[in-house]
Amino acid sequence: MPATSHLSDLEQLAARVCDGAKIAVFKDCGVPMALGCALIRRGLRQLHLVTVPTGGMLPDILIGAGCVATVETSGVSLGEYGLAPRFVDAVKRGTVQILDSTCPAIYAGLQAAQKGIPFMPLRGLIGSDILAERSDLRVIDNPFGDNDPIVALPAITPDFALFHAPFADRSGNVYVGRQHELKLLAHAARASLVTVERYVDFNLMDNEQLAVGTLSSLYVTAVALAPRGAAPSNLPGEYDFDRDALQAYARAAATREGFERWLAVALEPAQIVAA
Amino acid sequence: MAVRSEEFLIATIADLLTGCGHIAVGVLSPIPGSAALLTRARNGADTRVSIIGSFKAPYRTDGGVDIFDCAGQGRVDAFFLSGGQIDGQANINLTRVGAYPQQEVRWSGAFGSAYLYFMVPRVILFREEHTRRVLVPKVDFISAPGVSAPNVYRPGGPYALVTNRCVFMFDKPTQRFRLASVHAGHTVEEVRDETGFDFDCPALIPITAAPDAATLALIRGDVARAIADPYPAFAQRLWKVAATA
Repeated sequence: MPATSHLSDLEQLAARVCDGAKIAVFKDCGVPMALGCALIRRGLRQLHLVTVPTGGMLPDILIGAGCVATVETSGVSLGEYGLAPRFVDAVKRGTVQILDSTCPAIYAGLQAAQKGIPFMPLRGLIGSDILAERSDLRVIDNPFGDNDPIVALPAITPDFALFHAPFADRSGNVYVGRQHELKLLAHAARASLVTVERYVDFNLMDNEQLAVGTLSSLYVTAVALAPRGAAPSNLPGEYDFDRDALQAYARAAATREGFERWLAVALEPAQIVAA
Repeated sequence: MAVRSEEFLIATIADLLTGCGHIAVGVLSPIPGSAALLTRARNGADTRVSIIGSFKAPYRTDGGVDIFDCAGQGRVDAFFLSGGQIDGQANINLTRVGAYPQQEVRWSGAFGSAYLYFMVPRVILFREEHTRRVLVPKVDFISAPGVSAPNVYRPGGPYALVTNRCVFMFDKPTQRFRLASVHAGHTVEEVRDETGFDFDCPALIPITAAPDAATLALIRGDVARAIADPYPAFAQRLWKVAATA
């Protein structure tokens, strides 16, 4: 099978992203931690970060490292390890703009982009301060109903979908397994940059069982190898959460100084692969 | 072994889930999640529990989009929400205190609340801390409203509020909480003193039922093992139970 232009390396992947880009990352099962660190090494600024639909450690790190101007999110949290300290600090100091959303609204915005339509309606939200503060959301009358207000959400079209997956073939098809959200993310984005644990030497689309969980190369801009590229987050079927590392991050990032020390170590490429 | 407060709350919440066929559990919800699993342990196959974040086959959803679509169609009977602030109209604040952009307090965010609170018929609000700091006259930010105008499509909404002092039930016609029971060791006067909003209070308030031996055995057995998958630290702290692969 001929190699294609899809295959790249981690730093080249990161090099495609420019200052000010709108990037989208999924909340778990494919968090592009290694790629995120490569973005920080590149010194990117003014990113518009969309968390799909929420986020944890990676958004916290990108915000703490000063890469993010705007975060569009339904929530950023370290889960059992507490509030996301760098996110909270930046929001309180007003150094990032926050566009508060709710989980199905993020998905609906991506679904609109995926279909190439300008908006998607969604129930809920009416009467919330989320809606009140988001001038880009509208309440419309259900055209098929009678006095039935419903929220219209604009399409969310990321410049880049970034995610990590178990494997890809050498044609650029990427196995995402049951994480259909990663397909949604890639379909909605203008470009998708994907890291994988490994390559396989057959075409994924030739295998009935794997093909259902495979994102077509049509939607894949570039792929790079990043072994344990989601760690310390998990990758189902490959590795579990590194709970000690998550706990250590939560402790370190509680202060600005602790975060800087943590980041200095994490940004060494060898550390990320071996972490 | 004495009943821990978490075990008592798990049993109390489970008693509010009677009759539910599909119970969904969101993030940061180990006690409600355990209550849902207790309901399933009692009801068997008649109750399904979906836990967002669980990787165990019976509890995992078909991805994040699925659970919201499911709720939109009325296929979720019960869900749990909390709040940094909760007010007397059951508005919840998961977002912040203080004006944008310089906020005094910033929490994680609304997650799915601004949608699921509208869609799921039996939403149980749960917050252990029962103080005037949390139970406020009016929330600073409405992440999700407790009530809606009559023309807003809303099959769902608040059903009850459980704290470490009492159980309130929400009365939709009056849009007010009603004190339903006070936990042993607490009093109606104390609940009044510590609640920032006005609520209805019948003359006779029962004591919240304590879990019986069979319930405790289920909590410490099946429930402890199952909740250890999405909430390992919680299961380890309470029952020294580790997640299994």
